[in-house]
Amino acid sequence: MSTRQILASIGLAGALSAAVITGAHAASARDHISIVGSSTVYPFATVVVEQFGKTTSFKTPKVESTGSGGGLKLFCAGVGVQHPDITNASRRIKSSEVAKCDKNGVKDIIEIKIGYDGIAVANSKKAGQFKLSRKDIYLALAHKIQGPDGKLMDNPHKTWKDVNASLPDSKIEVLGPPPTSGTRDAFNELAMGGGAKKIDDLKKLRKMKRGSQELKDMMAKLGVPMSVWTAYEKKKGKAPKGKDIFKQVAYAIREDGAFIEAGENDNLIVQKLDANPNALGVFGFSFLDQNLDKVQGSIIDGVEATFETIADNSYPISRPLYFYAKKAHVGVIPGMKEYLMEFTSDKAWGDEGYLSERGLIPMPKAERAKFASAAKNLTPLSLK
Amino acid sequence: MSKANNMNTASGNKPRTIDIVRAGLAKRKASERRFKLYGKIAIGLGLLFLLLLFGSIAGNGYTAFVQTYVKLDVHIDADRIDPAGNRDPKELSRADYGGLVKASLREMFPEVNSRREKRQLYRLASTGASYQIREMVLADPDLIGQKLSLWVPADDEIDMLMKGHIDRKSAEDDRRVKDNQIAWVDRLVSEERIEKRFNTIFFTAGDSRDPELSGIWGAAAGSFFTLIVTLLLSFPIGVAAAVYLEEFAPRNKFTDIIEVNINNLAAVPSIVFGLLGLAVFINFFGMPRSAPIVGGLVLTLMTLPTIIIASRAALKSVPPSIREAALGIGASPMQAMIYHVLPLAMPGMLTGTIIGMAQALGESAPLLMIGMVAFIVDIPQGAFDPSTVLPVQIYLWADSPERAFVERTSAAIMVLLAFLITMNALAVMLRKRFERRW
Repeated sequence: MSTRQILASIGLAGALSAAVITGAHAASARDHISIVGSSTVYPFATVVVEQFGKTTSFKTPKVESTGSGGGLKLFCAGVGVQHPDITNASRRIKSSEVAKCDKNGVKDIIEIKIGYDGIAVANSKKAGQFKLSRKDIYLALAHKIQGPDGKLMDNPHKTWKDVNASLPDSKIEVLGPPPTSGTRDAFNELAMGGGAKKIDDLKKLRKMKRGSQELKDMMAKLGVPMSVWTAYEKKKGKAPKGKDIFKQVAYAIREDGAFIEAGENDNLIVQKLDANPNALGVFGFSFLDQNLDKVQGSIIDGVEATFETIADNSYPISRPLYFYAKKAHVGVIPGMKEYLMEFTSDKAWGDEGYLSERGLIPMPKAERAKFASAAKNLTPLSLK
Repeated sequence: MSKANNMNTASGNKPRTIDIVRAGLAKRKASERRFKLYGKIAIGLGLLFLLLLFGSIAGNGYTAFVQTYVKLDVHIDADRIDPAGNRDPKELSRADYGGLVKASLREMFPEVNSRREKRQLYRLASTGASYQIREMVLADPDLIGQKLSLWVPADDEIDMLMKGHIDRKSAEDDRRVKDNQIAWVDRLVSEERIEKRFNTIFFTAGDSRDPELSGIWGAAAGSFFTLIVTLLLSFPIGVAAAVYLEEFAPRNKFTDIIEVNINNLAAVPSIVFGLLGLAVFINFFGMPRSAPIVGGLVLTLMTLPTIIIASRAALKSVPPSIREAALGIGASPMQAMIYHVLPLAMPGMLTGTIIGMAQALGESAPLLMIGMVAFIVDIPQGAFDPSTVLPVQIYLWADSPERAFVERTSAAIMVLLAFLITMNALAVMLRKRFERRW
């Protein structure tokens, strides 16, 4: 083969493949549903999508895992085929996001709650099961805790026994998700915040009114510098309320190596726990459910993470999962309505539906009925 | 001997050069040996890590190339799937084929009565079994009413059990496969109704959330379309840029700046190109998200510097006498370029292109920004269909909770490595075959 022939064959291959590419339809109108959003909802949405694609004549929707915040940003960018139709979220939409949607012409948003997800605090089966309270978790992992003089100081706890005498004498070592993850947001709010609320001064702090003198006094008592106050004022244009300062104090996780950010990959955390029996890990319930032979969930405030305890809300670290759909796209993108019906059918999200097999914890029947009718009647969301 | 000593002392205690050399010789030889040893250790370590990497990937992944199948006797019951009896394709596509699979499992194990046990029994066969029967019936409605003996894929957990990834000795609560399921599987094994076969699904299907139904073909097709777009754009543009810069452009400040920037561009992290693609191609030009056309454009930007640099090096290595001879017998500069220099530089250019393409094939970071990290079941048919690529598929599977995806992740890595090795081997072969040395 001479060089000339090589050139010719490359040209021919190029022409052929150009024909392949342009022969495909132009993408002016989209014929598939485009879904973005939370990586926690992703494993559930993809199951529904696949079922939908295989049992209907519509094309299989496309699901991107962008995170809850990223998904809502894309979702709220506007109405039209270049914008996604549905976004998944592991938290409720914020009023600021609704306002942004509204500004970009995304008026009617249909909110569907799909079920619950628990956050497991687990360790290797090779070690004993932990019995923790949320207060223990807070005291073990907070960046700063109250010292004997009432002021906040760097967390001195080295072992679990330091935190609570009934816990084992092993080093505090917790593998968890990075701050970009929705799991981390929920863990901060439910476990760290829930534990901090058990501390008297922090509990009082949380209830204090915006810009009040008692808030200033409490900050002085805790030794929180006033720069936190002024920084908030500068950013938001108003004085902070007790809850804002509380979040800054309670949600800060220590950075001295006791809490190890293990990336978004929950499988990796499970593998690391298996290799290191002293460590605890924080991840979604579905990964605990799939790996019960390797890891065990800790008992939190006397309740073990199981399907039942998360469903009846007795397990303290659990959160609802949502998806949001654009009403303006129903009837424009083929299959929108049918997708909503598939997701909200009992064979999908019911007590024995295929989503529960994947680790999604179903809502009680009345709540399911409420959101199923919202999907059916395309009831737009109204934040009270 | 004494004479020599005398001579030494005579020349004022000054040692002869040869003696200094001899004295230091052992030391120098030792350091020479040490140096060689360091080199060998470095190579040995490199090989060891490579072996460890390949070993662990192959060790984890080879089992994914087989899949457990169960033999079912399915009665395609006319009353169940076509009660009206008019063979209406619309009716047939909606019918309850899962029910047929369940019925055949119940028939196989008539002693199973309780609701809980039945649910466990139904989980022996993959949900894909009902799709398989559905497609068979839709293709040939005459099958209705017949009794068929079919091999269908087993559920991923049964597959894991058959492959020994589930410890039978652990406590029942800790296993996802329960004792009675193990008993059923053992009975199927003794009846020769369950066996491991070559996993064709893995090479022909798109992504799926059921590990036993998931395949690499969708991602491979996506990679193909993306790379075709990249090749079509980056090769002609890269070669044209290289030819102009090397042969025709005047040497001045402006071309110097361009040259420096091309070298800089080659070192820019790939995620930056993804952001650029998002801002320019998707947000400004309104091209579709997740489409290979945009992926190809982004990867073109990424591979262009590689191709330009390699092509310029190839052009430089063509001796000036070729050009001068062509010009001397009256060829125009363009003719000299096209008919004499370019053909001789082509093997080097192709090598650079193939290496650039191999780089693009393994790239996933820039595609994150343009929506190609997505769950896509349908096989893409063109460059405008939503699709994903091989490295992204690996990333998505690595992040899935089901245990059976662990081996599939490794198997997908093997497929990707096979492509990369083939492309690099092609580059080496082209160079060996067509390269001319002067």
